[in-house]
Amino acid sequence: EEGERRHRRLLEAISSLSGRKRRRLAERTEASAQVSEFNVSTKGAGEKLVLSELLQPIRPKSALSGVKKELTRVKQKAAVELPLSKEEAKRVVREAAYVTTSKDVGKWQQVVLQNRRAEQLVFPLKQDIATVVPLEQAVSAWKARTPLEQEIFGLLHKTKQPITDPLLMPEEAASLQAMSLEEARQRRAELQKARVVQSYYEAKARREKKIKSKKYHRMLKKSRRRKALKEFELLQKSDPEAALARLEELEQLRMQERMSLKHQNKGKWACSRAIIAKYDLEARKAMQEQLAKNKELMQKVRVELPEEKPDDVPEEDLMSVTIPTIPMGTSRANPWLLGKPSSPAKEPEAQEGQGDVLEPGAAESKEEMEEEEEEEMSEEEALLQDFAQKRHVRQQRAGSPEGPGADATEAVSEPLGDIPVPPVCAEAEASTGIEPSAGIEPPAGAQEGVLLWQQLGRARTMEDVEALASEEHVEEPVATGAETGARQPVATGAETGARQPVATGEGGIDQRGVITEAFAGDDVVADFRREKHKAEQDAKPQPVNLVLPGWGEWGGSGLKPSTRKIKRFLLKPSPAPPRKDQHLPHVIMSEKRNIYAAAHQVSELPFPFERHQQFEQSIRAPVGATWNTQRAFQKLTAPRVITRSGHIIQPISAEDIPTAARPALEPVPGQGPGCHRPHIAPGVPR
Amino acid sequence: MRVKVLSRNPDDYVRETKLDLQRVPRNYDPALHPFEVPREYVRALNATKLERVFAKPFLGSLDGHRDGVNCMAKHPKSLSTVLSGACDGEVKIWNLTKRQCIRTIQAHEGFVRGICARFCGTSFFTVGDDKTVKQWKMESPEYGEEEPIHTILGKTVYTGIDHHWKEAVFATCGQQVDIWDEQRTSPMCSLTWGFDSISSVKFNPIETYLLGSCASDRNIVLYDMRKSTPLKKVILNMRTNTLCWNPMEAFIFTAANEDYNLYTFDMRFLESPVMVHMDHVSAVLDVDYSPTGKEFVSASFDKSIRIFPVDKGHSREVYHTKRMQHVITVKWTSDSKYILCGSDEMNIRLWKANASEKLGVLAPREKAAMNYNQKLKEKFQYHPKIRRIAQHRHLPKSIFCQIKEQRIMREARRRKELNRRKHSKPGSVPLVSERKKHIVAVVK
Repeated sequence: EEGERRHRRLLEAISSLSGRKRRRLAERTEASAQVSEFNVSTKGAGEKLVLSELLQPIRPKSALSGVKKELTRVKQKAAVELPLSKEEAKRVVREAAYVTTSKDVGKWQQVVLQNRRAEQLVFPLKQDIATVVPLEQAVSAWKARTPLEQEIFGLLHKTKQPITDPLLMPEEAASLQAMSLEEARQRRAELQKARVVQSYYEAKARREKKIKSKKYHRMLKKSRRRKALKEFELLQKSDPEAALARLEELEQLRMQERMSLKHQNKGKWACSRAIIAKYDLEARKAMQEQLAKNKELMQKVRVELPEEKPDDVPEEDLMSVTIPTIPMGTSRANPWLLGKPSSPAKEPEAQEGQGDVLEPGAAESKEEMEEEEEEEMSEEEALLQDFAQKRHVRQQRAGSPEGPGADATEAVSEPLGDIPVPPVCAEAEASTGIEPSAGIEPPAGAQEGVLLWQQLGRARTMEDVEALASEEHVEEPVATGAETGARQPVATGAETGARQPVATGEGGIDQRGVITEAFAGDDVVADFRREKHKAEQDAKPQPVNLVLPGWGEWGGSGLKPSTRKIKRFLLKPSPAPPRKDQHLPHVIMSEKRNIYAAAHQVSELPFPFERHQQFEQSIRAPVGATWNTQRAFQKLTAPRVITRSGHIIQPISAEDIPTAARPALEPVPGQGPGCHRPHIAPGVPR
Repeated sequence: MRVKVLSRNPDDYVRETKLDLQRVPRNYDPALHPFEVPREYVRALNATKLERVFAKPFLGSLDGHRDGVNCMAKHPKSLSTVLSGACDGEVKIWNLTKRQCIRTIQAHEGFVRGICARFCGTSFFTVGDDKTVKQWKMESPEYGEEEPIHTILGKTVYTGIDHHWKEAVFATCGQQVDIWDEQRTSPMCSLTWGFDSISSVKFNPIETYLLGSCASDRNIVLYDMRKSTPLKKVILNMRTNTLCWNPMEAFIFTAANEDYNLYTFDMRFLESPVMVHMDHVSAVLDVDYSPTGKEFVSASFDKSIRIFPVDKGHSREVYHTKRMQHVITVKWTSDSKYILCGSDEMNIRLWKANASEKLGVLAPREKAAMNYNQKLKEKFQYHPKIRRIAQHRHLPKSIFCQIKEQRIMREARRRKELNRRKHSKPGSVPLVSERKKHIVAVVK
């Protein structure tokens, strides 16, 4: 028995060594008085339980860790949710289907909007284009029947002439196929564009060539020279040999100059100058200049080192170019020139806005340049730009229909942003009811104060003033139609007097004072009173004179109808009802509305129009052939929808859409024709 | 002595050949043509008057049915052919140019509830009260009895039918919407949502997989054939009789309602209709779009048909005759020139879509004058005198009185609401727009 137990222990020890612990239940081999639920059994009756045996199963981790694991696993696992009820599930499906379908349908949005807005729609949408049947196809059906025909065909066959063959040679057909109509169109458009660009360029060159301004050309030459110099410097650095070759060329030119008689005071012009030179200082100067030029040109170019040769002149404008006295490098190095501020260059820029007025400073500098060539480079550039801009302005003026006044204001307004009119002026205009367009031109005194206005806090722009004026107009009832003369009662005029000018701005100008000063001459209130009185008098019913002189009595010169008769036939109308503006001193209410005309007039603004001016404009423009050319008439009266009788109009389909709008409608290529997926071009408003 | 004579260059006034048009010198100086607005106004007035003078829309009636005309269908390929089904189960095919019946078939026992032509025009389908769907050939047989190509016996009554616009598929409605393959005798799929009889079903002509139906429990349901599922349901105040899709705008459809109105919906936004069209004084029974998609025609129980622009709330035209009874079905022909209506008193009537339009070929000058007149009428349409003439229509007394009555009723209702709002706590009686008023709910 003891041996058996040992053996079992040994087995257990061995099994525990092999890593995985397999705890076998202790088997009960014989009946026992006490049966423990903990699998602990004593062997035989009366045998005592040994503690070590009891302790054996409670080893760290073995059984409990498994339990723990189980526990955590159970904890992690969430319960499976109940399936949705059938109704709910269907609802979800429906909702999803609706969303996708409405997206699918939404791709027509662009097309629909386009069609709704279209000026003209022609139905059926799919216009069948008349197809031209190729000749060979038409011919192929035809057969030679008569003997003559057959004879001819026989001959043709003998000589192997093409009879039913396509008229186009294979190469021709291939060349036709190579480029589709669309491509050909694109190509032609490109070519056209290129040609246009070229012609523009040519025109520009011609225009520039035509410019007579000496100053401009001088500038141009100078800039060219500078560019050439720069290039030469670059060349020196990159390729000294080429630079040397260039120098060689220059030398050649110099030699030519020496050989030629140019600039030698021998030409026709020079001879004529020489005669005048005795008396004319300028002519003398010109001659001297020429001689100096000659000298300069003949001066030998000194070659010391190819690297340090800044004062070399390219061949392009050798005729006029002297060896630059102040080349780029030195001018930069020269502290005197550096000290010269760039303010003179800034000045013309500041005055650019003034438009065509040539500033005196520039004119002076022109003379200066005659004598001294040394000028700041930046200044020259500025001048060049100035020229270009002036030319631009001139062209604009020539193109624009407006007068020079408008242009001037435009030019003024440019540097100032959107504040062309000082608030004072704007206010005055608004309050006096002067048409704003008349007030665009700023007063002469304001010309200097241009910069000042910019600083004022909030200025009213012309648009504002206009809007204000139009708002006042809107309140008037719409009166159009056959008779536009008749007007509804309108209260005007009083405002001119009653309106209070707005209080002063931050500048501290007393606007009221300004206005009173401006309108010192006229008494607005008295004017208005007079006007009202006149209106009242006009509105009073006039007596009707039915007197016939000479009727029933003698008539003639010097004879008057009798007073009795006058009394009888001068019909006095009953007094008019009291005026509605009787007790309103600042208002004139006109009661002249013609009810007969009003019956033909539109009493309220129709729906699509937003302002009565729009509506009036639409009525005012005639559409008839009496007032328009034939072409314009046809265009104006083109019907919205054109249908052709006898043609079935099919519902719209993707093929009917012009190619421009089409990409939005085409299904995604990967999917079959049956499954439509939303494929909407970006930017399509939903 | 030199005498100066007036001399002109003959090139300026002599034609090169006598076939050339005479040269008419024109001076466009506006000073020579004053008063343009008054003159055009007078021209517009005259044009409007002439339009009313020449407004004779009725072209003729096709008689031959022995019971009320219940349904009609257009031939998809031939403009002159139209099919009609009557309440006694008879189907007739008409030639419009001759205004003759060219074929008569006793198709069903009881009503012919629905009729539709196949998209290719070779055959047509009918459904009737005898629970059958029958397919017929468009051509009459050479000899012998008229026999349908196919007959499908159903379990329930079918109340409407419509054919797919591109495929061999058609849809019937009754207790549910069934979608059938032409080759099979059982439906491909049945779509249901709730339990009520569906009165009409229509395929979308552009996005052909879409279907719309209206049921007698006051709702309009949209279906997607590809997913074989309903999409959405909108419930209105009263029952919708039929609906019609716009043939140019894929997502727009119009529903003819029992409450005298028509509702144009955008299927993407069913919460409120795009437009409520009100003018009828009795239930609207049928609606059909013009093939241009700009207008539609509606048939009503009030014995008139009306033409509505799609974007206007009121009709531009009303047609009626003394003898025309309740109009049950209406169609706009596919060249958009004519309107056909079938009514209770066994006649089909043919109308012009534009009442004063001149039929036949127009000379270019006539065409130009017509366009000019049209433009003038459009330009001066807001002027009271012109509007009065242009809008004047003679109406039968019954309709006229009912319109007046309804105006009074509407006014009273409006006043009452106004008073309620005035005398209750601010905000407690909300302002409900006309468009929202008729929608009960949208069911997802």
